[in-house]
Amino acid sequence: MEPHYSLFYVFHFYLFGVIALASAVTFVTRKSPVAAALWLVNTMFSLAALYVMLDAQFVGVMQVLVYAGAIMVVFLFVVMLLNLGHPSELADARGTGWKLAAGLVGLGLLSEIMVIIRTKLPEKLIVPPDFSEQQLQKLNAVGMIAEPLFRDYLLAFELTSVLLLVAITGAVVLGRGRAAGAR
Amino acid sequence: MLAESLALTAALFIIGVIGVLIHRNAIIIFMCVELMLTAVNLTFVAFSRFYGTAGQVFVVFVMTVSAAEAAVGLAIIISIFRHRQTVDLKNINLLRG
Repeated sequence: MEPHYSLFYVFHFYLFGVIALASAVTFVTRKSPVAAALWLVNTMFSLAALYVMLDAQFVGVMQVLVYAGAIMVVFLFVVMLLNLGHPSELADARGTGWKLAAGLVGLGLLSEIMVIIRTKLPEKLIVPPDFSEQQLQKLNAVGMIAEPLFRDYLLAFELTSVLLLVAITGAVVLGRGRAAGAR
Repeated sequence: MLAESLALTAALFIIGVIGVLIHRNAIIIFMCVELMLTAVNLTFVAFSRFYGTAGQVFVVFVMTVSAAEAAVGLAIIISIFRHRQTVDLKNINLLRG
């Protein structure tokens, strides 16, 4: 079912996968929020590379702009605002018991997901192997997303704007502080 | 490459879950949630490569939701910090029974 891949492609796929995984592990073991944020940015960049390799160029660009750019900058901005950079004020990870419990929960979830991967998809859902490339040729990278987004998923798209409006309002109300709210 | 992508997704998601469980700093916990959302995005992209392009549309929605979640969540963290002078979840147990 899967097309044949060149060694070049496979090598880079594994390379970026390993980088993403290693950065994620480093990210989760850091205690400093700034170091954690920078390792997370590294993970996001390698994931963007994987998206491009999986024929999702537009999503790859969005990943860099939105995740590695906007969201992580907001995180770093909050770290700066709260002045959490001092090592003495940093919260430690919980005790050994908690770490062990977390590891066990993780292993359980991982094995469950690995089992789910082995299940077969219904035939109806399967498209021809080169469907993605055909769409890319026919519509180009943006059109491939815009076409279904503004046709089949128009209602969801419009509802997203309501979600964003609510989020903006909520963030402003929460961030305004008590003094202004009391008036 | 589908199996590899799904395995990577699973691993990244689990790393996010473990991070949420072991960390006490609210900001790092939020970043772990972002990592989990990104891992799910990789699933969508991988499946869209092999089972039709609609998956990429869902990535757009996931990104929107995660941006909204980051904005509101960080605003909550800031307002908690304003009250308690800390983002350590050990000290934030007002709702604990």
